[in-house]
Amino acid sequence: MIKKNIATNEFGFVFNPATGDSYSSNPMAAEIIQLMKENLSLNEIKKMLLDKYEVDKMILEKDLDEFVGLLKENNLLSN
Amino acid sequence: MSKLKYERPLIKKMHAGMMNKFGSQDENTPVTHIDGVSVKSLIDTYGSPVFVLSEQKIRQNYKSAVRAFTTRYPKVQFAWSYKTHYNNAVCNIFHQEGSWAEVVSGFEYKKALGNGVPGSNIIFNGPDKHIDEMQLAIENDSLLHIDHFEELYLLIDLCARLDKKARVAIRVNMDTGVYPMWDRFGFNYENGQAWQALTKIIESGKLHLVGLHAHIGTYMLSTAAYGVAATKLCDLATKCKAELHTAVKYIDLGGGFPSANTLKGAIGQVPTPSVDEFAEVITSTILNYGFNTEELPLLILESGRVMIDDAGYLLGTVLANKKLSDGRKATIMDFGVNIMFTSFWYDHKISPAQEVSHFNEDTVMYGPLCMNIDIVRETVNLPLLNRGDHVVVHKVGAYNMTQWMQFIAMRPNIVLIDTNNHTHIIRKAETLDYLQELELMPDHLKRKN
Repeated sequence: MIKKNIATNEFGFVFNPATGDSYSSNPMAAEIIQLMKENLSLNEIKKMLLDKYEVDKMILEKDLDEFVGLLKENNLLSN
Repeated sequence: MSKLKYERPLIKKMHAGMMNKFGSQDENTPVTHIDGVSVKSLIDTYGSPVFVLSEQKIRQNYKSAVRAFTTRYPKVQFAWSYKTHYNNAVCNIFHQEGSWAEVVSGFEYKKALGNGVPGSNIIFNGPDKHIDEMQLAIENDSLLHIDHFEELYLLIDLCARLDKKARVAIRVNMDTGVYPMWDRFGFNYENGQAWQALTKIIESGKLHLVGLHAHIGTYMLSTAAYGVAATKLCDLATKCKAELHTAVKYIDLGGGFPSANTLKGAIGQVPTPSVDEFAEVITSTILNYGFNTEELPLLILESGRVMIDDAGYLLGTVLANKKLSDGRKATIMDFGVNIMFTSFWYDHKISPAQEVSHFNEDTVMYGPLCMNIDIVRETVNLPLLNRGDHVVVHKVGAYNMTQWMQFIAMRPNIVLIDTNNHTHIIRKAETLDYLQELELMPDHLKRKN
């Protein structure tokens, strides 16, 4: 899951104190990171987003997989 | 309760660095309507992809180009360049505005006749005029622009056999200070070939020399080159009168004026000269050359691209998003180089067609073909597009709908929005029946039931 020490704010700013790298995220990404920080599983996050947003399940699954891949590439995940 | 609009999640690493000296501008303002007609309704009605042309913009462009020249010179005639876009509806817009036809092949010539253009108002250019086509042009009193000596001799022979005098001009190529020089068409000025051809025309007694033609290049960014070309044609016209006792009736400076597209490799938007700037150089050169007022030649222009490029749009739809092996994003569209030939030359501006957030990403834009060369934009900064989202590609009116290929995908509908904002299909999307119409099956390959 997302590293515990990652700092975020409501404008989508993300900061990794371990590397000093900062990131900008769009509101959807910021919301997902926030839900991850609240220890929700990916399945729970997916269900919440499907209820809330006008999006096809298949597209959301693809986008979430890709987003998690991006977080991993940027060393923002703990495992 | 209705659900909220979804956007693909995106996170981007921030880089501290130098400011970009070109600054930034938002290129991604959505284009939801064209001439008051919604992009969504156009796609819902006519499918995706679909070419859309604005009649209003075509007429504006034409009037503005005519104004640029007629306010500076007394005798001006435009001839619509059929190869730029030869859909009959489009041609007829130009003919309604007063344009002659400029054609470079037999079928274009017949199209112009079919569109009701009087034969005497058709200019026949190009290096491949067939004998029967030249005969048709002679019988219709059209203007034949001779490209090479073989054609000149064929024409002399043909006129002798028909016992008719063809109205002719020669195409002249020349050094205008722009390189590479376009010297493959017509007769060269500097090495004396052009003069040799003119002399032969007069000596033959079979042809009526009426004009001089030059088409110095395409997408020309130098106005000075047109000044050089006009001077050299004026020199030839003067020499024709003095030594061959023949007054040339017109000087045709061809086309080549650029549109406002961005050429590949250009950094930022390179300013292109306006039609007014070209008109100023050309007309002042001829006016100051020294002709008597009553002997000023008619000035003919064969502009194509600048008249129609920005009146054409391609509407398309996102098929998929991908991540490439090197980490770059890729977007796959339902249109590619098959119908957008000019993507080989230009970085076409592409706008989203629906409301988007201000989050953008760089992406490679691919077409739908199973071919590696099918790249619409090598990199373009766009909002986060999802499958099914629509885009508008700008300034595709010139050449695409004549150079398009039926390859892997069929050619789509072309829709014209008229000056009252009504839509009309002016070329139907191709079908499998259309594609197979000309195919023939040898008996031994026929399927036996």
